[in-house]
Amino acid sequence: MSDNRLAARQIELEVLRYNPETDQEPKFQNYSVPCINEWCVLDALNYLKDNLDPTLAYRWSCHMQVCGSCGMMINGEPKLACKAMLRDYPDTIRIEPLNHFPIERDLVTVADDFIAKLKRVKPYIIPGEKRVPTEGEYKQTPAQLKRYRQFAMCINCMLCYAACPEYGLQPKFIGPAAISLAHRYNIDSRDGGRDERQEEIATDEGVWECTFVGACSEVCPKHVDPAAALQQVKAASTVDWYLEHFMSWVKK
Amino acid sequence: METIQTDVAIIGAGGAGLRAAIALAQEAPNLRIALISKVYPMRSHTCAAEGGAAGVIKPDDSFDQHFHDTVGGGDWLCDQDAVEYHIHEAPKELLQLEHWGCPWNREPDGSVAVRPFGGMKIKRTWFAADKSGFHILHTLFQTSLQFPKIERYDEYFATDLLVDDGRCQGLTAIEMRSGQMRRFNAKAVIIAGGGAGRMFPFNTNGAIKTGDGMALAYRAGVPLKDMEFVQYHPTGLPNTGTLLTEACRGEGGVLLNKDNYRFLQDYGMGPETPKGQPVLKTMELGPRDRVSQAIWGEIQKGRAVKTDWGDCVWLDMRHLGEKKIDERLPFVRDICISYLGMDPVKEMVPIRPVVHYMMGGIHTDTKAATSLPGLFAAGECACVSINGANRLGSNSLVEILVFGRRAGLSAAEYVGGAKPGNDAALTAQADASQARIRELFMRNQGKESIAGLRKEMTDTMEEGCGIYRTQEGLEKTSKKISELRRRYKEITLHDKTNVYNTDLLTALELGNMLDCAEAVAVSGRERKESRGAHQRLDYTARDDVKYLKHSMAYFNGLESPRIDYRDVVITKSQPGVRDYSGAKK
Repeated sequence: MSDNRLAARQIELEVLRYNPETDQEPKFQNYSVPCINEWCVLDALNYLKDNLDPTLAYRWSCHMQVCGSCGMMINGEPKLACKAMLRDYPDTIRIEPLNHFPIERDLVTVADDFIAKLKRVKPYIIPGEKRVPTEGEYKQTPAQLKRYRQFAMCINCMLCYAACPEYGLQPKFIGPAAISLAHRYNIDSRDGGRDERQEEIATDEGVWECTFVGACSEVCPKHVDPAAALQQVKAASTVDWYLEHFMSWVKK
Repeated sequence: METIQTDVAIIGAGGAGLRAAIALAQEAPNLRIALISKVYPMRSHTCAAEGGAAGVIKPDDSFDQHFHDTVGGGDWLCDQDAVEYHIHEAPKELLQLEHWGCPWNREPDGSVAVRPFGGMKIKRTWFAADKSGFHILHTLFQTSLQFPKIERYDEYFATDLLVDDGRCQGLTAIEMRSGQMRRFNAKAVIIAGGGAGRMFPFNTNGAIKTGDGMALAYRAGVPLKDMEFVQYHPTGLPNTGTLLTEACRGEGGVLLNKDNYRFLQDYGMGPETPKGQPVLKTMELGPRDRVSQAIWGEIQKGRAVKTDWGDCVWLDMRHLGEKKIDERLPFVRDICISYLGMDPVKEMVPIRPVVHYMMGGIHTDTKAATSLPGLFAAGECACVSINGANRLGSNSLVEILVFGRRAGLSAAEYVGGAKPGNDAALTAQADASQARIRELFMRNQGKESIAGLRKEMTDTMEEGCGIYRTQEGLEKTSKKISELRRRYKEITLHDKTNVYNTDLLTALELGNMLDCAEAVAVSGRERKESRGAHQRLDYTARDDVKYLKHSMAYFNGLESPRIDYRDVVITKSQPGVRDYSGAKK
């Protein structure tokens, strides 16, 4: 079981620091951190905070790629710090807060915009067929589950917003994660709320803002593939449009 | 200080807090609800639960069997009236989640699927692949977004409860974004703050699990119950402590020592069962306390696997095949590859027992009410107790739902009759709370560091409060924690600014952990028997004459907690023998 996994490495961390109370603008601060090669970037940050500089602020909790707290730019790419393994990086690593979000402090960004967008797309079951729990579960076959499950994997880490060039240009864009989540409910066999959600997402601030760069899917740590969700919403809303305008006698 | 007026304040927005909030919004729509959490709700540690949630749904199952599995699994320290309520509510809550959109795994006919879990005689664990807690948390969070009555205070760190006239009437909290203290005037408060596993060095818990909710109640005079019962999960990754769900074994994975021998058969959990065909309630599907103790036994006998991260045993899942692992345990595979560089489809994975869950917590009754009027608690921070001396896997994801809802309903009922508070008294308390934080800020001469004290705390907890304990070890750890609590007064902050000051927050978290840790060590020292997760090398037998009782730790300032006892509620199951051999009926 012994190999060079536990080899020591000295890593230079270049961390973007910003404290709104004391700093005019963000600037990099460099730290030389003794690391173990099997660590992730989050381990290096935790070492730094405990031993070198207790004033550094960043969010983290689970250290297992599921709470979505520790999203940050690592060597220019949006990553979960707990999923960025040192073995995949050179000895100098640059760490910045997620792109496209205001900095609250150091690596902590202001998430208000994302949180508001999540709520706006109504990410909850709006029942089609009314049932009460005492009547038992809605039947849902494994195939029906499979249709939406991938889109239910989103951990709200916001990496896709940091990667999305459209969101950077046009902050009104509802964005990859929220639209994927709306789509997840739209295609859930228990749901009947698609029309309500389409009013939010099949709009210029919704899917039609997306130019299909696909960066969201590339950076998604959970393989949600938001780009696919957006394309499916576009396709479905195009069908809606044709049905409405040319075949209005056909019931959707 | 800005004051926020509300009817019910909920501290913690994980599974229990969210369920309480939704229950209030639905069933008491006139009440104002403040949902306060130090993290955004979806960051709460409920998200890390993997295996699933137990509820009787299939025709071959019965409430009676769930009852007996739970009570026996808890080594008869569960309150049986609480267990009764829990198991009857469980399927209703799981169905409710299904109606809210939880992506439970399904049978081919579209009904909900169940999987086997440790210590359960019947398959009754509902699951969503190996991300059950994640899906439960997100389903609850997303569902909560439709209720405008739920006012969220995300990233607010609760510092003190406001107690006057013998009842809880609110709290103070730091708004992390501004660093300003806020006062919440509430007719009732629900604590749903999660566990405290971070007091140990090697644990499955997220950084946020620092016992804040437990410490809030404890300092306000509410006893912490059964704190000595700390669950070690058998299968943690040896380097990071990351949880590998019990479902690894439920789906057929086996545990082997260095000689590739399935050693559980030597610890009363045999005979050996066919590999890949797990048999319920025996061998790898024994309860967590017994399996962790068996691994400890192998380490003592020199039959462990030596690794860079200490003594381990093997978890072998290779025979399950890639297809089944990818369908049922995809997250486990990801985690092993990420953190160990090992693929469980192709290799055996080294594992070792890891601190996972606190059976103990804030003493509540079956209505989720504490002994302090106006204060309720639910989830891991509470001890009602359905878990007794050893929680069965997949009971806690149900507990957060059943007792989260119960706490919401009880709080609503209480608020109806609550009298107005004495504003001057509450103001004085809020000011005192602020002064405490300010003093920490202003202190300059202290010579202790947060990281230093934390390290000493986690080391002594592992040494004295591990899987097997002794009087000497528990006394040493009790003394050490007492010393650390005094030295805590000498901490100096390096960060004296306001915005998102994590130096301050980690200092407050450390204080909370130290309070909880002392309750664990002292309660353990006083319990001179072996029961469930509390195993003593010097008192090896269960002692029902003296200790068929809950221990109750009362806060005592800087002195050690006062320990009292309370009878266990027994309705229909008298203490018996926990038999996990395959030979039993």
